[in-house]
Amino acid sequence: MSDEKLVGIVLVSHSAQVAASVAELALGLTGGGAAVPVAPAGGTEDGGLGTSAELISAAAASVDRGAGVAVLTDLGSAVLTVKTLLAEGDELPDGTRLVDAPFVEGAVAAVVTAATGADLTAVEAAAAEAYTYRKV
Amino acid sequence: MFDADFFRRWMTATAASVAREAERLTALDSPIGDADHGSNLQRGFTAVTATLEKEAPDTPGAVLTLAGRQLISTVGGASGPLYGTLLRRTGKALGEAAEVSAEQLAEALRAGVDAVRTLGGAAPGDKTMIDALVPAVDALGDGFAAARAAAEEGAVATTPLQARKGRASYLGERSIGHQDPGATSASLLIAALAEASEAADE
Repeated sequence: MSDEKLVGIVLVSHSAQVAASVAELALGLTGGGAAVPVAPAGGTEDGGLGTSAELISAAAASVDRGAGVAVLTDLGSAVLTVKTLLAEGDELPDGTRLVDAPFVEGAVAAVVTAATGADLTAVEAAAAEAYTYRKV
Repeated sequence: MFDADFFRRWMTATAASVAREAERLTALDSPIGDADHGSNLQRGFTAVTATLEKEAPDTPGAVLTLAGRQLISTVGGASGPLYGTLLRRTGKALGEAAEVSAEQLAEALRAGVDAVRTLGGAAPGDKTMIDALVPAVDALGDGFAAARAAAEEGAVATTPLQARKGRASYLGERSIGHQDPGATSASLLIAALAEASEAADE
């Protein structure tokens, strides 16, 4: 399995700390399996709250292993910026998808699934399925 | 006919107007948003004018696509991808012609506005920039002054509406009674278009 190309995960939040912490949480819960490439893209380039197209593009390029990249986002401008970059066509690696999923739960599901060597569609499905987990 | 210089003037006039009105835009964004609309757009359009000066694109389409790319890169809030998409799609619709007619400009701007509607999922009446842009594009056939008036009316008309998109929508009924900052900045963009055309007539 070590030769397998793993799906990359990009976590886009308005906050650098949120993106980095969710990445740490998700990786921590993989139980030391395969090393999934996960990159946070949080906040603006100058460290403020917001979304940076440059940080997202750089993060996506850094996790691309040729098996596709799943992008999870939090709010408003994070969603719109990723959609805009996807519409541009050449800003993100081939096989990059915006995944419709809750940010924290979706990230854990995506990273754990990607660690099994699953393909992008399976990673996307696992992340989206996190919406169906009711807490009450 | 309108050449690259006209479109550069449009962007420069927008940047000047956004800088002038930045505090007002941020004030409008403070009761119903996160109080950064003016500063975000000012940062974006400052980058736009700097880039246009440095790279000097020589067609109308190239001016707008470059401006849109800068906004996507530098704004940091939702207005970046929204205005960026508006200008890029308008620019792409203009193609590579060295000069474009008023009709071509109106048609391209409509394509840009349609792209923003698709991206943000907003319809007229949702209390967004669309409420200024759609009437402006509809009035553009009657000239730039008509488009400016329609955009301003559209922005003012957002005041009694309840927001259904973006952060303001979280406020529900409490968003009523506030003019939408996005519709307001969109009216500045259209007013700058009229300003650029007046400069061309002189």
